[in-house]
Amino acid sequence: MSQKLSEVAWNGIWKQNTGLVQMLGMCPILAVSTSIVNGVSLGLATVVVMALSNGVVSALRQFIPYEIRIPVFILIIAALVTILDLAMNAWMHEIYLVLGIYIPLIVTNCIVLARVEAFAAKNGVVASTLDGAAMGFGLTLVLAVLGGVREFVGNGALLNGIDSVISGASPIQILPADYPGFLIAILPPGAFITLACLIATKNWQQARKAKAVPTPTQGGELASATH
Amino acid sequence: MSEPVVETPAESSPNPLKLSLSTALIMSIFTLAFTALMAGTYLSTKDTIAKSSEAQKLVLINAVLPPSAYDNQLLKDELVLGPTPELGLDAGGHIWRARKGGQPVALVMEAIAPNGYAGKIWLVISVMADGSVGGVRVTEHHETPGLGDYIDPAKDKNKTNPWINQFTGKSPATLPLERWKVKKDEGDFAYRTGATISARAVTDAVARAVRYATEHRETLYQQGEKP
Repeated sequence: MSQKLSEVAWNGIWKQNTGLVQMLGMCPILAVSTSIVNGVSLGLATVVVMALSNGVVSALRQFIPYEIRIPVFILIIAALVTILDLAMNAWMHEIYLVLGIYIPLIVTNCIVLARVEAFAAKNGVVASTLDGAAMGFGLTLVLAVLGGVREFVGNGALLNGIDSVISGASPIQILPADYPGFLIAILPPGAFITLACLIATKNWQQARKAKAVPTPTQGGELASATH
Repeated sequence: MSEPVVETPAESSPNPLKLSLSTALIMSIFTLAFTALMAGTYLSTKDTIAKSSEAQKLVLINAVLPPSAYDNQLLKDELVLGPTPELGLDAGGHIWRARKGGQPVALVMEAIAPNGYAGKIWLVISVMADGSVGGVRVTEHHETPGLGDYIDPAKDKNKTNPWINQFTGKSPATLPLERWKVKKDEGDFAYRTGATISARAVTDAVARAVRYATEHRETLYQQGEKP
């Protein structure tokens, strides 16, 4: 069982990574990855929502008739996001001011519904919660790298906006302060270009790994994958 | 199109009426349960949220008017405006009146610049009793990150003397209102190359707000005055 759980975690964080492999939830990925702070903030909020919704759906799964499972899933996800939004606004107001705008956005992230349908509806509560959290962390990872590359190329600094999360902290200026900036990296096209580079890197790394152990089956797989 | 095909589904599928009724019932139960959960959360967080958003408002107001300047309950001394085109408030807004020992100190006004590069720019402006500007802050905007967003001092690269601070202390008594424009429009206010539109929108909105406060000074302080 523990072997299986570690597999679930690894799947979520890397092997079936939401951003790079499943390519789900592109809308928030592209929209808020303008900096590390933004990306990680949305990522962590998604971790909480995915873990919760996977857990709740898994716990209730035998009461949900197959025919109406999708509306019930959406109802559960929307309710959880609303409750989280209100609860954070009330009791974690400082964090809410930073994350607040992202939380309603999570409902639009189809990865939440996708994991509920593909995993939580068929698996136990522990494994489902772990799957949700791991998928969320995988997303956070991609968002952090994407945000980092975009703000570095765009502004020459990392961790822009960190002062709104940790007061007193300041961004790390890496390139000289008179760096003119490369605006396209921060604008929407920059998100597409950077994400494409990340996906290409992951595919290249996978292809290399497959080549390193040239067995007939893997060779065949690789050949078919390149088509 | 043979006969057995017609017979088979009729035999094996359960009574369709019964099935629809039971799924409808289950869907209703789920809807009721989760709506109740959301309503419960809303009711139990309502007061806390109202309190924190009031505190948040005060933080914003403190940025344009130091709390030591007045001694009244600022948020209680509120003037609710209907649609006020002079301030760009198409849907109405608020003016808070600061007083010390009963004497007018400043008007803290909400205003909207309708013509930013990416739509509306929301502002809070304090106009002191002598007509000079106490301070201006952008509360919400969608200007291009890294280009037009210097109107928000948190995003301004010049931390020691942010762009928005040049309004502080300016008064129509010493600077005629016709000159409350960006330099490109033959005014007195600086702007940053490449992003004139954001600066022009804010400057023009500040000028309109100052004019409004000057023209309606008496009525604004007296209207609905509390003993």
